[in-house]
Amino acid sequence: MKATATLGKVSNFLGLGFFLTLKDLFTGKLQKEELKNFLRKTIVPLASILLFFGLWHLGAKSLYNIEADFKIEKALKDQGQTAAEALKACMASGDSSCQPNTLPSPSQVWSSFQSLLRDHNIISADKAAFAEKTAALNETRISEGKDAIVYTGRPSFVDQIYRSLQTVFAGFLLALFIAVPLGIFIGLSPTLKSAFNWFIQIFKPVSPVVWYLLVFMIVKTLLIGSADDSSFTISFISVGLCSMWATLVNTTMGVSSVDKDYVNVAKVLKLGTFQKIFKVILPSSLPLIFTGLKITLSVAWMVLIAIELLAQSPGLGLFVWEEFQNGANDSNAKIIVAMFVIGIIGFLLDRLMLTIQNWVSFDKTDAI
Amino acid sequence: MAYLELNNICKNYHQADGETEVLSNINLQIEEGEFVAIVGFTGSGKTTLVNLINGLEKPTSGEVLFKGEPVLGTSHERGVIFQNYSLLPWLTVEQNVLMAVKEAFPKREKSVWKRKAAHYIDMVSLTPAIHKLPKELSGGMRQRVAVARALAMKPDMIIMDEPLGALDALTRGNLQDQILSIWEKDKRTALLITNDVDEGIYMADRIIPLRPGPNATLGPEFKIDLERPRNKTEMNDNPNFKKTRNAIIEYLMDIGDERKSESKEEFVLPELTPKDFVK
Ligand SMILES: Nc1ncnc2c1ncn2[C@@H]1O[C@H](COP(=O)(O)OP(=O)(O)OP(=O)(O)O)[C@@H](O)[C@H]1O
Ligand SMILES: [Mg+2]
Repeated sequence: MKATATLGKVSNFLGLGFFLTLKDLFTGKLQKEELKNFLRKTIVPLASILLFFGLWHLGAKSLYNIEADFKIEKALKDQGQTAAEALKACMASGDSSCQPNTLPSPSQVWSSFQSLLRDHNIISADKAAFAEKTAALNETRISEGKDAIVYTGRPSFVDQIYRSLQTVFAGFLLALFIAVPLGIFIGLSPTLKSAFNWFIQIFKPVSPVVWYLLVFMIVKTLLIGSADDSSFTISFISVGLCSMWATLVNTTMGVSSVDKDYVNVAKVLKLGTFQKIFKVILPSSLPLIFTGLKITLSVAWMVLIAIELLAQSPGLGLFVWEEFQNGANDSNAKIIVAMFVIGIIGFLLDRLMLTIQNWVSFDKTDAI
Repeated sequence: MAYLELNNICKNYHQADGETEVLSNINLQIEEGEFVAIVGFTGSGKTTLVNLINGLEKPTSGEVLFKGEPVLGTSHERGVIFQNYSLLPWLTVEQNVLMAVKEAFPKREKSVWKRKAAHYIDMVSLTPAIHKLPKELSGGMRQRVAVARALAMKPDMIIMDEPLGALDALTRGNLQDQILSIWEKDKRTALLITNDVDEGIYMADRIIPLRPGPNATLGPEFKIDLERPRNKTEMNDNPNFKKTRNAIIEYLMDIGDERKSESKEEFVLPELTPKDFVK
């Protein structure tokens, strides 16, 4: 019973209702008239997933063939018959040193994913061993007032994901703390609204790259002389500035369009400014503010990759860039793994925001 | 001097198609402890009038005097029951009422506030729903919260804008009695806006029709000389009641007809012959 409830909650959270229908099918609870619904909700998504992987597989295969034929022909032309034969044999044997470099197939991506996890386990073990080894030394160093020795090895894929999440949350919080109060101020006064309108209209469409450059110019100067690595600071500030506009616009709109009846109530009850904002204006604009925050978070996640790449700040963006530069034979597959991870995390973040939004909104039907 | 005085009030609204005078030349006096009802057609400017009295709107010309002082803004001395309840949907019944209590009794302890709120909620018999949100209440219950909230401000005058308009006849009768008994207890001055002549006669000392807008003005007043407490069934047989009721309704019908003949537009029906569906 409890397991069912949890499953329900989880699948509702993910927006994957068909999980439940599938369960009903096996427990024999499905009614006949629900069959159509079941087909639409379960079979169709499953079929489309299969179709997607099938097409991907076929596409990857044909790209592989094009690339392979080209390579063999080239070898034949440049190095003669024997070299071409050798290359062909090498490719057929599956040796990774001579594989054509093109779109990886689903199975290659899957095995890259597993190898990334294995790599993570190795690095984690390494880190643990390092921590153990340096524990005693670090204690004495700290007692002597020196800095502790930290692990400086290569970060694993999971570490990169973790760093990306940190950056995106820092950026999101920055956006939240700038855009919501500012939006409330602007929304409350028509004068401020017209004063800020041009500002918002002009800066909203600016691309992440430009924000990065701007933040870079400023932060670089501000942090001059400091030994710390500023790439994290620069990238989270850029992410925040880039993504805050949706929240700013929505908050302004929510605050300035509070139902006139509620404003009248506040006037008749003679609420003070503070009470008016916190008891009337904020609650009534909360649904819109959250819609804005939801957009902000998804924009933040989307631009994060580009900004990390530019800022050389550790994270998924840098991972993708390094793999691309690296050009090893499984680099392409790793990039695709990163693509899926980025997509799935983006989706989960969106769902998370929706859940919070439903939870704080007074009217459950308001959430979009 | 009257408790509430409206002198030559005019109210204009700017709209896209120019300026309309919604109310023109309104004069009204209400004495302390009186219960006055204003009846009018929809859209005639009743809510506008209410907003002028409670201070949410300013008249274009003329003046509103309350206890001899010009009304410049809202005040807890004039409690309002809004036409559409206007409860804050994110606050519970208790919290909604508490907001008004805090205004009437600033600088009191929390426990005092809570006790007062509970008192007013009990007055409209909503104690079982005290922790519910407005969306969990029926229309009648919401209306009662609005009544409790207006009373909780401890107003000297209570202004009700079609407070029972959205309710069914039974609930309506019930709430009418509740409002009357509260009013009779400490004889506050009351202004009731309604579109129901019978409700006006049952509750008020005087009924004043508001002629339809634009340029709405108040019509002649009708005194209701019926003993309180009034009884609906007995009232129906009272010749005095019948006479007043007929007079008011006749007056309203007349101005209704006037309004109709004012709109000269004629609609020509298209020439249609019914189709023969059965072949
Ligand atoms: N803020 C406003 N701006 C412009 N016009 C307004 C405004 N408020 C009301 N009006 C106009 O004034 C007229 C009277 O409106 P009001 O709300 O006072 O009518 P009412 O008698 O209360 O109607 P109802 O019985 O439907 O509540 C209407 O024609 C309306 O369009
Ligand atoms: Mg009205």
